Amino acid sequence: MMRWPLPPRLPAAEPAGPVDRETVASLVARMDAAAQRRLGRGLAIRHVNTGSCNGCELETRALTGVLYELSRFGLRFVDSPAHADVLLVTGPLTQNLRRALEQAWDAVPDPKWVVALGDCAVDGGVFKGSYATLGGTGNAVPVDLTIGGCPPSPSRILAGLRALLEANSAR
Amino acid sequence: MTRIAAILHGTPQQPSRPWPRFVVSRAQWSALLRENLTLLGAWADTTHVHALFANNATPDPPTDPLACLIVSIEVEVGFYPALSPVHPGAAWFERAIHDLWGHKAADGEDRPWLDHGHWPQTHPLAARPGPRPPAADPPEFVEVAGSALMQWPIGPIGSGIAEAAHLRLTLDGTAIVRAEARLGYTHKGVLTLMRGKSPRVAARFAARLAGDATVAHAIAFARATEAALDIAPPPRAIALRAVMAALERTTTRLDDLGTLAALLGATHLHGQCGLWQEYLRRGLAAAFGHRMCMDCVVPGGVAGDADPMGLSALRPILEALLDDLPSIRAGFARDSLAARLTGLGRCATEGDAADRCARRLDAIAADVALVVPLLSDLPEGPANVALPSHSGEGLGLSSSARGDIRHWIRIDNGQIAAAFPIDPGWHRWPLAEAGLVGAEAADAEAICVSFGLPVSGMDL
Ligand code: SF4
Repeated sequence: MMRWPLPPRLPAAEPAGPVDRETVASLVARMDAAAQRRLGRGLAIRHVNTGSCNGCELETRALTGVLYELSRFGLRFVDSPAHADVLLVTGPLTQNLRRALEQAWDAVPDPKWVVALGDCAVDGGVFKGSYATLGGTGNAVPVDLTIGGCPPSPSRILAGLRALLEANSAR
Repeated sequence: MTRIAAILHGTPQQPSRPWPRFVVSRAQWSALLRENLTLLGAWADTTHVHALFANNATPDPPTDPLACLIVSIEVEVGFYPALSPVHPGAAWFERAIHDLWGHKAADGEDRPWLDHGHWPQTHPLAARPGPRPPAADPPEFVEVAGSALMQWPIGPIGSGIAEAAHLRLTLDGTAIVRAEARLGYTHKGVLTLMRGKSPRVAARFAARLAGDATVAHAIAFARATEAALDIAPPPRAIALRAVMAALERTTTRLDDLGTLAALLGATHLHGQCGLWQEYLRRGLAAAFGHRMCMDCVVPGGVAGDADPMGLSALRPILEALLDDLPSIRAGFARDSLAARLTGLGRCATEGDAADRCARRLDAIAADVALVVPLLSDLPEGPANVALPSHSGEGLGLSSSARGDIRHWIRIDNGQIAAAFPIDPGWHRWPLAEAGLVGAEAADAEAICVSFGLPVSGMDL
């Protein structure tokens, strides 16, 4: 038996399952009242590459495709950190990109979320201990949510982002 | 005897496979630089600088023992004779060699490349690395004369979901008069991490040099290891590698095409390319256990056998893609898009963006046509062989969507003593720098995407 049907001729976004309750609860606990008031339903995401191998980018780009259809959840990617609610950070945080991440973080208006995407961003991944890396996003800016995997699949990334969204609008 | 053979006559050969490595004198080095050779890459160890050339004068590449040349020259009091005055493409390699090993190219480039002044040490691969520098220097760019010119810095964090690189454009009004890349932002210290590891463990770093060419890098690394240890992977592994590599090239080309289409406003085409990419990734996951086949290729073969059900599901996806390819082609030929692509980022060797898109589409068709019969005729047998733990040196080649990848490796009693991967990025960025000149600044991003510019693999 095959695991999925033949590619349909007319693609449509796939059904999305439930959001992980535990992740939502822990995120809600970290939100303060001001943040809850100011962020509406919907999140603007700015991607920041801190030395990724480009694998995490491929899977994040896949999310912008027709099968995942991010916009139905109110998630969208923006070009400027000044327009972002979320920094989606990939890569093991190379020494050469630490400053760039800090600048991007400074440019995002409060309240802001930081998501460390992929094993590298979570703790440096396989590049842990190299002279050229700092061992993940958390070593430069505070991290709110980690999404592990090398790279995490688009559905796993989406699950994390939707949990963030729910945490934002649960109140 | 050819002229190159005459220059190298009597030179001691290091037992490197499949081509020997020649340790040459300074006179031989400069004689070789006058020959019709193409520089493929340059790297070093603590005592020597190594250069890899393709021999353009070779009569019969597959059998000529000098079709590919690896030559080494001893570093004397910190210096070696530069390659860049003859081979301009060597400049970035020379800068990287200085940053990593501390060897200076006499009459060559010494502006930093990978080392931006933030590492806790200098020359991390030298016998004795230096102390941390006092403060980071701002990057230097080549000045362009002219008072009306403006500098436009782009990156390292650019727009979109992309790799981190810096491009310095010099503009005259809105026209680009010079483009200079500054890379090294994503340098992760991979060569140091590989050292002292077994090839099986080090393969994980090779597979993470470039996510869009993880299979291709893993294959080049595996072939280098297999050459060094003089072993051959089983036929089934060779066939499975070919399937993974061809489908990786296809997904990367679809990604490049889709990203370019989106930038130029062809959102439908972006969706179409993304869709096929996604189906292929799901197919790869079912067949090989990972959407990008990361860590699926190992020295000695493939990590595990493929799932037969997953493999059989690949075929209908590929046939459907072949059916749909003419409509993607038609999308790129549609008037509004074709008009934007024509003349965009023209360079002498590769033509314009329209030519590059057409070549990608042709390559997709060729790769899919290669995989379909392979799938129905896979050799039986084991998926891998054990690696002996002896010593050796080898060079391995593979083909990625962005061009050839080569890995050189030296193994000492089963452990990596030195390695150097040559990513196609080293050769693609200079093409883009040339292709940007004369273009409108607003087109810079589309031009770069049309070239397909990998970063992480060459940042090491
Ligand atoms: S987590 Fe894996 S895929 Fe993502 S950047 Fe790191 S090595 Fe690449």
